Amino acid sequence: MRPDAAAEAPLQKFSGFALLRNALGGHQNWGHQWRNPAPKDEYDVVIVGAGGHGLGAAYYLAKEHGITNVAVIERGWLGGGNTGRNTTIIRSNYLFDESAALYEHSVKLWEGLSQDLNYNVMYSARGVLMLAHNHHDVASFKRHVHSNRLNGVDNEWLDADGVKAFCPPLNIKSMRYPILGGALQRRGGTARHDAVAWGFARGASDRGVDIIQNCEVTGIRRGANGAVEGVETSRGFIRAKKIGVSAAGHTSVVMSMAGVRMPLESYPLQALVSEPVKPAFDSVVMSNTIHAYISQSDKGEMVIGAGTDAYTSYSQRGGLHITTHTLDAICELVPQFRRLRMLRNWGGIVDVTPDRSPIIAKTPVPGLYVNCGWGTGGFKATPGSANVFAHTIAKDAPHPINAPFSLERFRDGFLIDEAAAAAVAH
Amino acid sequence: MLIINCPYCGERPEIEFRYGGEAHIARPADPSALSDAEWTDFLYNRTNPKGKHAERWRHIHGCGRYFNAVRDTVSDFFVTTYKTGEARPDIEESAR
Repeated sequence: MRPDAAAEAPLQKFSGFALLRNALGGHQNWGHQWRNPAPKDEYDVVIVGAGGHGLGAAYYLAKEHGITNVAVIERGWLGGGNTGRNTTIIRSNYLFDESAALYEHSVKLWEGLSQDLNYNVMYSARGVLMLAHNHHDVASFKRHVHSNRLNGVDNEWLDADGVKAFCPPLNIKSMRYPILGGALQRRGGTARHDAVAWGFARGASDRGVDIIQNCEVTGIRRGANGAVEGVETSRGFIRAKKIGVSAAGHTSVVMSMAGVRMPLESYPLQALVSEPVKPAFDSVVMSNTIHAYISQSDKGEMVIGAGTDAYTSYSQRGGLHITTHTLDAICELVPQFRRLRMLRNWGGIVDVTPDRSPIIAKTPVPGLYVNCGWGTGGFKATPGSANVFAHTIAKDAPHPINAPFSLERFRDGFLIDEAAAAAVAH
Repeated sequence: MLIINCPYCGERPEIEFRYGGEAHIARPADPSALSDAEWTDFLYNRTNPKGKHAERWRHIHGCGRYFNAVRDTVSDFFVTTYKTGEARPDIEESAR
């Protein structure tokens, strides 16, 4: 099917019946999942960045706020940034009330997202276990468990034997820092990261949103009154009443085009996967203290998260000693994985705030909104963040959930100091 | 791993160093004269450029001293390193 013909075809709903019908046709007649239009001259809202957060914001603008004259502009291809580079972990066991509300909003959306999108995002609530290796960890995680439960977020404490029973491959004793226990969020888990971007893209495109790929924003034009007028792009000027920046590691670069300085620094964060093996690890395990996190993908690869480099960078690489350090920890934690070969490693650029909490907010520039600062842990928040960012853009005012995550919190001293945001040392 | 040229000790591997963030951010001489917005800018806002970045490093497992560097944040190439107190070298600002 030619792409322009596909653009005219109505969206096919996925169902058992559609699957059967297409199976009989040899799967030759599945249509394209989203349109690939040329940019129009003007939009009500332009979202910069077609990752999960940006596409999701466009989806919720159309679905919940009736704003469909929207473009999502992407320098590369959709879902090709941090959405396609993360370790797909979902959880909401954050310490502070503000964070718990935001991430729990997201987990609740994850639970119904596949049905809502009619697109299988493969959300798998397999449980996220955070390991305690010393007295401080034990005290800290127990405090997290209590705080979470007061906020209606499930989290429970397991002693060392409980950890071993929940995840038998773990080595709990013969290591430098033996496992003393762990905090388990059973509703935590993983999802298929690409499917999240694709599902939101499909749903947004179906509601009239234009997704414009291979179109780099090169400037933000402001009028005499200071308000935004539109974006300069590699495919010409696009007029916009409102602009939502959802550009992850490049947020400082994009915001500087509007003359806004941000409390952000961008770091490379690495991840790696092993060769695929049979099912051997059925949960997500994280450790702050020895710095490792691991889960098994549905393809069979062990998905392993490493740390950030010490210095700011846009290189999308990162130092090999960072991944080596994580693999040391993985080998001690799960000795049977010592003989696994690593297949790939890669880096993404994450934008980190001083308090390790995101910013989803209006900016000093009228008509300019920003969703950034997710640091090393933005994937889990994708639907929740997109949902409240859409609200912020549509109403020109934050949703109660994201009101604390303003830019002004730095001026006013209301930091949300989630040093444990990624459950690993930043 | 990066090789970093400490202006006091010479070239050493990256793991001997600690990163110190953006350079040439001087503490305001009279903090109480600043507005909240100016103080916020000093404390939290950073240039975070995609390109040449003047930054501080500390040779923590060597001489222990701070120094400054200009590094390209796209390639991680160190353009130069120089001693604390010296002016930022006249290297053209990066393009985006």
